[in-house]
Amino acid sequence: MKKLFKPAFAALLLSAGMAWAAPDSITVGMVLEPPNLDPTSGAAAAIDEVVYANVFEGLTRFGPDGAVLPGLAEAWEVSPDGKIWTFFLRSGVTYHDGSAFDAYDVEFSLNRARAADSANAQKPLFAGIELVEVFEPGVVVVSLNAPDGAFAWKMAWGDAVIVAPETAASLATNPVGTGPFVFSEWVQGDHVTLTANENYWGGKPALAKATFRFISDPTAAFAAMMAGDVDAFPNFPAPETLPQLAADPRFKVIIGSTEGETILAMNNKQSPLDNVLVREAVAHAINRQDIIDGAMFGYGTPIGTHFAPHNPDYVDLTALSAYDPERSKALLTEAGVTGLKLRLALPPPTYARRGGEIIAAQLRAVGIETEITNMEWAQWLEQVFRGRDFDLTIVSHTEPMDVDIYARPDYYFQYARPEFVELMDQLKGTSDVAARSDLLAQAQEMIAKDYVNGYLFQLAKTGVANAKIEGLWENSPTQANDLTAVHWVD
Amino acid sequence: MKPGLAIGGVLAGVALIAALVSLVWTPYDVTVLTIAEKLQTPSPAHWLGTDHFGRDIAAMLMVGARTSLAVALVAVGIGMGLGVPLGLLAAARPGWADELTMRGNDLIFAFPSLVIAILITAVFGPSAINAIIAIGIFNIPVFARVTRGGAMSLWTLDYIRAAQVAGKGRARISAEHILPNIANLLIVQGTIQFSLGILAEAGLSYVGLGAQPPLPSWGRMLADAQTMVTLAPHVAIFPGLAIVATVLGLNLLGDGLRDALDPRLRRAR
Repeated sequence: MKKLFKPAFAALLLSAGMAWAAPDSITVGMVLEPPNLDPTSGAAAAIDEVVYANVFEGLTRFGPDGAVLPGLAEAWEVSPDGKIWTFFLRSGVTYHDGSAFDAYDVEFSLNRARAADSANAQKPLFAGIELVEVFEPGVVVVSLNAPDGAFAWKMAWGDAVIVAPETAASLATNPVGTGPFVFSEWVQGDHVTLTANENYWGGKPALAKATFRFISDPTAAFAAMMAGDVDAFPNFPAPETLPQLAADPRFKVIIGSTEGETILAMNNKQSPLDNVLVREAVAHAINRQDIIDGAMFGYGTPIGTHFAPHNPDYVDLTALSAYDPERSKALLTEAGVTGLKLRLALPPPTYARRGGEIIAAQLRAVGIETEITNMEWAQWLEQVFRGRDFDLTIVSHTEPMDVDIYARPDYYFQYARPEFVELMDQLKGTSDVAARSDLLAQAQEMIAKDYVNGYLFQLAKTGVANAKIEGLWENSPTQANDLTAVHWVD
Repeated sequence: MKPGLAIGGVLAGVALIAALVSLVWTPYDVTVLTIAEKLQTPSPAHWLGTDHFGRDIAAMLMVGARTSLAVALVAVGIGMGLGVPLGLLAAARPGWADELTMRGNDLIFAFPSLVIAILITAVFGPSAINAIIAIGIFNIPVFARVTRGGAMSLWTLDYIRAAQVAGKGRARISAEHILPNIANLLIVQGTIQFSLGILAEAGLSYVGLGAQPPLPSWGRMLADAQTMVTLAPHVAIFPGLAIVATVLGLNLLGDGLRDALDPRLRRAR
């Protein structure tokens, strides 16, 4: 009896002990695998979703609410004319390979990003920089060619993180940054593992290990969540299963906002979509609520222009393109267009594939036939985004404050009306809050009244996590899964 | 009549009738989405409920049956139209013609059919037409082989010799004497290939390479229903049942027809 009792008691103790100690590792599910791990040269959102704020840091950074917070720069000063920005850097910061971080790394990183041969995906962020100077190891002075009130915000992007010259060339496969997590391994097609950085300047994170697993199939994502293979799925791909997960006490569902303006993009240079009447007809044919309910199961906020509704400068212009099939038909007649047949390219996400079927049915109701082509991302980027060979497509623009893409003449939907470009130039030189707000309102109105694209809805952040995990971001002010504050509770 | 033949006939017949009726009438228009009525369970208004876009599942299945049957039928037609003459040629001209056609068949047989079908639709773009071509190509060697086997055994028979002595050419003998005598074999094989064609079409649509929206197809209905199985099981169950019932029906029908038509089996009894 005694013999039997001992191991049983030991087992009891052991299991109790395990229950007390909160786990120190996390597995995070992601839909897309990053093509590489260098945020300073790749455009894919998945890169930032792994490395932003975890492996790499910039001079400034985005907080969970989108506010610009100090990063590697403790503080900064702006000259009265708004053109000279002085950044005071943190001391005692080291890279994961042990080398020290200093002002020359900042100079190198910014010059690398704005160089003519730079592979940076967001070069406009650096376009205003005229000169980067280092006067002492802890101070960097950036001179701009024009006043820019948003420069600190620009430096918070994942594309503006600071890297060391020695490791810059190999970041795609071996990211070395200054962040709270160190890159450990990448098994292609399966996962990326990060481990805690013992020497992090901001204190060691609560998690010892974090694994990002890539699961593109919504059904598999649901199964992985239910089986406990994944602890958190910040952008869960199957919105229809959320009520079921919410009802399960093991999980919590986190609904927040993202910067993802989901639009029905139209090729503004392609006949007959170069006619504003036809674009307006398409816009009025769309019933946004049906798309939100049918494709996203109710998660999403209708938008009437390319701007995030949670932004204080947002103007509600949904009435301009209200659902009105009769008006749509009248506009088509006015434009003299009959028997219109358009191509509709759909990338893989649920919002596009399901939303596309709904939009096709809505367009058919006003007499516009569509030919749907489902595409993988690589093909979409090649043909639609770079090749500009499309009529209609559905995509979510997840970059924050990206209304300026309408000023780029070579951007895939090809708008760039001179008056709009003018507005954006004015905005760049304005730092007064009220004046900026007014300019942004004008910009929103101009693209809404020109019906550049069909504005559908703001993508909701539909995340699922184990109920015992705290510290995940509720909203997505940028493409990131910041794990610094994530921890398990009992 | 064997019960298998009757059951098979009824199951396949239901699919066929549903497909034919859908040409003139469906309970609802499958191209109209009524989001407000999504994922309803079966009711008097919607016998089999509605899918995630509020479309009537019964109507979707009827039009889907049309897609499935049409794709499988044309694919079997391609297989028969090209495979049977090749098989007859191979049997009539032993030697290089036989070798050439049969080795060509082996070549097609050597590839996993569904993978090649995926390749074809991936290269030429997903559509019902390309699915037909992809499935049809893999029916050619099946029919060529069955035809050759049946024809070879006939070529040794006395009445064929008699026809040869009477001066009929090989092509005429193949058409006038061989083909009618292997027709029962071909009908049985055709039924089986037909059921495989329906499965292949469902498989291709499931991975998004078959019929494209808004044309409903059983395979895509299943794929769309995947994540909703726990939420509304009926959206997955009914298309699944339709595929199972039709394929089972055609297989039973094929087996029953073989029992009734195949002279070799009749002799053994």
